[in-house]
Amino acid sequence: MERSDYVIRRLGWAIFTIFFVVTLNFFLFRVLPGDPAKSGARDPRLTREAQEAIRVRFGLDKPLLINMTGDPFDSQFFRYFGNLVRGDLGISYNFSRPVADLLRERLVNTVLLVMVGQTLAILIGLALGIVAAWRRGTALDAAALVFGLFTWALPTFFLGIILLIVGSTLFGLPVGGIRTPGATYASFWDEWFDIGRHMLLPSLTLTIIFLGEFLLIMRSSLLETLGEDYILTARAKGLSDARILLDHALKNAMLPVVTIIALTLGFTVAGALQTEAVFSWPGLGSAIVEAVSRRDYPMLQGAFLLIAVSVVLANLAADLVYSWLDPRVKH
Amino acid sequence: MATILTQQPVTPVPPPRSGLRDFWRQLRRNPMGMTGLIMLVTIVLIALFAPWIAPYDPYRPVRARIDTIYAPPGAGHLLGTDDAGKDVLSAFIYGARVSLIVGFTASFIAVAIGGMLGLVAGYYGGRIGGLLMRFTDIILVIPDLPLYVVLIALLGSNLWNIILAIALLSWTGTARLVYSQVLSVKERQFVLRARAIGAPDLHIMRRHILPMVLPLILAQNALVIAIAILSESTLAFLGLGDPSLISWGTMLNLAFGRGAISLGAWWALLPPGLGIVWVVLGWTLLGHVVEQIVNPRLKTHHLMH
Repeated sequence: MERSDYVIRRLGWAIFTIFFVVTLNFFLFRVLPGDPAKSGARDPRLTREAQEAIRVRFGLDKPLLINMTGDPFDSQFFRYFGNLVRGDLGISYNFSRPVADLLRERLVNTVLLVMVGQTLAILIGLALGIVAAWRRGTALDAAALVFGLFTWALPTFFLGIILLIVGSTLFGLPVGGIRTPGATYASFWDEWFDIGRHMLLPSLTLTIIFLGEFLLIMRSSLLETLGEDYILTARAKGLSDARILLDHALKNAMLPVVTIIALTLGFTVAGALQTEAVFSWPGLGSAIVEAVSRRDYPMLQGAFLLIAVSVVLANLAADLVYSWLDPRVKH
Repeated sequence: MATILTQQPVTPVPPPRSGLRDFWRQLRRNPMGMTGLIMLVTIVLIALFAPWIAPYDPYRPVRARIDTIYAPPGAGHLLGTDDAGKDVLSAFIYGARVSLIVGFTASFIAVAIGGMLGLVAGYYGGRIGGLLMRFTDIILVIPDLPLYVVLIALLGSNLWNIILAIALLSWTGTARLVYSQVLSVKERQFVLRARAIGAPDLHIMRRHILPMVLPLILAQNALVIAIAILSESTLAFLGLGDPSLISWGTMLNLAFGRGAISLGAWWALLPPGLGIVWVVLGWTLLGHVVEQIVNPRLKTHHLMH
């Protein structure tokens, strides 16, 4: 199969998945109980006119899926879909501002936090994994394994709480938020220094949680590669250990690691959500948690959609990068 | 979270003839597996005998006084008291019950769904199989924690809804594992022979294929339990736990939200947190070792080398 065919098919699949996510998101909030717009429209204390006004205001007077009596697309589903395409996610009940505007700020904060945590975890995790595989069977290798297992069983929010206690009492680090409340900054660098101080503990939490997985994958992938015939050949040629590792083993061992980075995106999202909740980091994850406690359904629906679509797109990007790195993948 | 287990389709070997006794002999020799087993046995015993072990009944309301709130560990309360003046040790002991109930029930439903779907998709293959596995891929992509939060927020936080939400998203790993196993099992001689003499599909699936993949499904079950317990405690920590039950996640949620950190009440935070680590680690260790024993050729995990 041609590479362009693969790219087109993969793109088509991503679009289909996004459509599925949008539909799921629509039905979750229409079918399941709990939306105040829906229960408000049935509130017996309201007059019939007020109930009708709410129904029209939220488009609940339209048919759910397809309008059989008039324009077939004049239904709740297609209205929702049309609004999404225009970037309209509704108005937050809590902030009385467009959800899309609110989420844009949140998305930037989450991406900032996840990028720092993930990058550090990949760098440290891969380095430790290489060392563990190279020193296989030593105490160092065993320690790396135990660490990997332990961080896998450790709930992210619990690690966050521990780091919060240690960091705030021993090192005087801020306990939450992204900036010192009420602070005025003399310069651009001042502001970033403050943000960095606030980011230290949450990004450390994410680094430790993600680290174990990368360590274990790098270790096992490298161990497998080191058992291959071409490594034996390289040794027989008398190449140095460093050359074997860098030129022969690592290049091939890196491939599965790329796949895993993509596969663990759901894990990344879960980790970020918990970390944001512990450190009140104003990101998408804490937006979801706050929306639940304030019954802010448009915000909840919008934040969930944005997270799900981001994961689908990130998966797509990882697959395309992988197919570009490894020309053998053609299916 | 389930992606820590990267499975590769490999032809499964038939289960050992001597069965259970052989399995136990192998497990006993494996320090990792035995560690996991002992960790789990302790927690199961604690959960079963909670009313006899716990010094107080954590479900009975107490009248809190200023000096009984977050009282440090001492003679009357070995692990101190919580924000409501209740005994932390007793709450910890009863919390083990919720973790195990959610773990067992959610994983049972998830593994049943995943096993059935993987079996049907693998056995029939072709268009039906492809379609079912495509559906699995979609569910796999949806980030589970945010969807749990949305589901529980809309359905209401009671134990059954939590179990159902976790089960409905946790079957994908099992489905993919069973699918790849069935694909290779169905090409084997005894299956082909049964089909040639006209045995009905349902009979072949139940009598010939299921016994071949069942040990692996059971091993996978231990890992699904671990993930289900982690998910429940996370939801409870986020304030979406069943408010009528005491679980380790709920204990952490209350302690975190009600000033345990600023008051330095580490005794209200550490026991439930370490309890989660303990039980999740136990299931993970046991699951991997069982998987290794029932199918030594299947390289399930990068922990094992």
